[in-house]
Amino acid sequence: MRSSLSHPQVDAASFGRALLDPQSATPDGLTGPDGQTAPKRFNVYRNNVIVSLSEALGETFPGVKTLLGEDYFKALARAFVTAHPPLSPVLIWYGAEFADFLDAFPPLQAYPYLGDVARLEWAWLQAYHAADAAPLDPARLGEVSPQQLGDVCFTPHPAAHMVTSRWPVWAIARANRFEPDEAGAIDLAEPQSVLITRPDMDVNVFLLRAGGAALTMDLLQGQTLADAAGRAQEEDGSFSLSDCLSDCLAAGAFSGLLLND
Amino acid sequence: MVSDTRSDPALRCGAAVPARAGAGLKADHVADILETGADIGFFEVHAENYMGAGGPPHRQLQAVRERYPLSLHGVGLSIGGEQPLDKDHLKRLSDLNRRYEPGLFSEHLAWSSHDTTYFNDLLPVPYDEATLNRVCDHIDEVQETVGRRMLLENPSTYVAFAQSTMSELDFLGEIVRRTGCGLLLDINNVHVSCTNHERSASDYLAAFPMAAVGEIHLGGHAPDRDDAGRPLLIDAHDREVDQAVWQLFEDVIGANGPLPTLIEWDNNVPAWPVLLAEAQAADRILAQTAGARRKQAV
Ligand SMILES: [Fe+2]
Repeated sequence: MRSSLSHPQVDAASFGRALLDPQSATPDGLTGPDGQTAPKRFNVYRNNVIVSLSEALGETFPGVKTLLGEDYFKALARAFVTAHPPLSPVLIWYGAEFADFLDAFPPLQAYPYLGDVARLEWAWLQAYHAADAAPLDPARLGEVSPQQLGDVCFTPHPAAHMVTSRWPVWAIARANRFEPDEAGAIDLAEPQSVLITRPDMDVNVFLLRAGGAALTMDLLQGQTLADAAGRAQEEDGSFSLSDCLSDCLAAGAFSGLLLND
Repeated sequence: MVSDTRSDPALRCGAAVPARAGAGLKADHVADILETGADIGFFEVHAENYMGAGGPPHRQLQAVRERYPLSLHGVGLSIGGEQPLDKDHLKRLSDLNRRYEPGLFSEHLAWSSHDTTYFNDLLPVPYDEATLNRVCDHIDEVQETVGRRMLLENPSTYVAFAQSTMSELDFLGEIVRRTGCGLLLDINNVHVSCTNHERSASDYLAAFPMAAVGEIHLGGHAPDRDDAGRPLLIDAHDREVDQAVWQLFEDVIGANGPLPTLIEWDNNVPAWPVLLAEAQAADRILAQTAGARRKQAV
């Protein structure tokens, strides 16, 4: 057996640092069959790390990828992966910081809606992988006495998420990912909010009007129906509580109902 | 304290996966597989793809599991890592084992996490005493937590560590002896590593501790060149199994008899019939050998 003491030792810290820093030298002590340091061989690992993580990011954010184009996304993903490598081996949870990263990325300041498109795609993924649960049966609400109706609170369904944006986030996401053939003209001055649900296996995205968005947001956060309806009314004069509430229930936003006394 | 998991029936690897060919399960193939009732020995999944709480991935896996034997293959536990195993991740693996009761359960001789970073690659370990002790401790912990025997897969490597003091074969053999784990013999990895380090793949396979092998992997690799222009093969899983790997597979099966054999095709994934055809090619070799051995026995 050879003695290991005369050979340079490579630990995980130096191996890992060199993986994420393409400027750094190949750690001494990693060799080819001739015993010589082998940068091209080490670069196989570097490449695997960056490419596989960039691909994982592209699978989570296909809409952002389409908006930016293959080459730009590749360069952007490399910057993101280097700055925010994953903290967990479960890559379906990789990319939580991507929306904020896009908002703060100086070269993309002319496209301020990108972050919200990423938020919508992230919420879609959370809904896809959320725990399965039966949505609340709307008939349950009919069993509540009219005097108590205002005190009703809802348990959010595990897959229910909302994204509110100053930008037409759904129109942009729809055109670049979900329904590219159906999409019409996009008015960049139109703020949009969406509710994302998965009552069974299909993820659904619903565009909400201002009053409906306020109501849904408050109800998902556990406010009473009376409080949520009051705020929605302030937000949107044409707001109809019965329409918005039945839309929410039909979408599968809630999994349970609570009566606070 | 090292326990001999081979003597404990409760910890023995499940017998449900037959000595036939299987394929890595891809979401895009599930509808085809279920509609056609594909004739295939088993499916293998990457555990990390099923660590969400619910949704379509679990619904699909449940449907496949009801019809086919399953092999659960972890890719992110970092058994070769310098730091303690991620307890949360080990719990997730253990939960998946309980939920799906796979016939086989495997992980890699590699590391993929250090400090707080997960690198998403199977990174190489030095073959020295300190690493051996750590890997054995980690495998003991896995087998105790999950409550069953695991298979450890031999790696594809592109560099060697100057600090290594033993061969990969001695390293693997010692792990098996100390922990009682089984081995997953990836014959493409053997071909890739032996080519990359200028060793003979047939010599390596002739000396491999076959008694511990519970499963075989076959996959495609990409050819490249290293700094000095020598062949450098990359374990890409992006194409058909190479002719040289088929030959090694035939030799291994001829000498040792049939074993559960997985076709790995994870990148540039083809249509289901193409992947199924690769599995059928492996099945023919497994069946021939089984037939020849039966004749010999008569
Ligand atoms: Fe493998």
